Amino acid sequence: MLETAFFIVLAVLTVITAILVIVQRNPVVSAIYLIITLFCLAGIYLLLQAPFIAVIQVLVYAGAIMVLFLFVIMLLNLEKEKKLITRHRLPKVLGILLGIVLLAQLGVLFRSILLEGAQGQFPPEKVAALGNTEVIARLLFTDFLLPFEITSVLLLVAIIGAIVLAKRQI
Amino acid sequence: MVPLSSYLILSAILFSIGVVGFLLRRNLIVLFMSIELMLNAANLAFVAFSRFLHSMDGQIFVFFVMSVAAAEAAVGLAIIMAVFRTKETVNADEVNLMRW
Repeated sequence: MLETAFFIVLAVLTVITAILVIVQRNPVVSAIYLIITLFCLAGIYLLLQAPFIAVIQVLVYAGAIMVLFLFVIMLLNLEKEKKLITRHRLPKVLGILLGIVLLAQLGVLFRSILLEGAQGQFPPEKVAALGNTEVIARLLFTDFLLPFEITSVLLLVAIIGAIVLAKRQI
Repeated sequence: MVPLSSYLILSAILFSIGVVGFLLRRNLIVLFMSIELMLNAANLAFVAFSRFLHSMDGQIFVFFVMSVAAAEAAVGLAIIMAVFRTKETVNADEVNLMRW
């Protein structure tokens, strides 16, 4: 009962702030609303018994990525958009139409999903007994070791790429 | 307990909001935020499936998606900086050198 109430509150907040992100003229305000959205999603991850994901959602998304966004907005010293969206009428109508069609399709798809596949080896009680972070760490350093190492290469490439792109002269 | 379909519907709504924002807005930075919204919608679906299928793979995937999102944000914002330096604008309509 309490879980349902928490879910409804968080879901409504998430959707409202997500809509506010895309209708704000000022990108700084958009960024602030996006941070609230990300915090609400972290709460939903807690409801789904994924505390590790919830914490790195706050640390990486709401912390690192959004601070990066805000810094870039401040560096660019943007003024408010005079017109919120594109000049032409047709792309606007088509965009909203496409969004509604996509939502309808996803809704129909997700309503018909039945969980009939084989269940995994980690029921919630076992994860709670072992500790969520420990289970993830164990998997990350055994079964998913290669993707984990590739991630480090990806981050190195991103560091170098960001410096090369953002620097005036190398 | 909240059923799986509620989480998935929430994920679908978030993803659609991201798509609409990406299609309607012309500010490159807001376009980026819309992409982050879509990535988060996918993450939510991953975690929900992970919870209801009793498997940890979804949460590991979310970990990787987040690191890719961090890399993408760093490089993308650097590109926006470079665009702003040459064009003095972040309006996607005015960056049309390679438009057909």
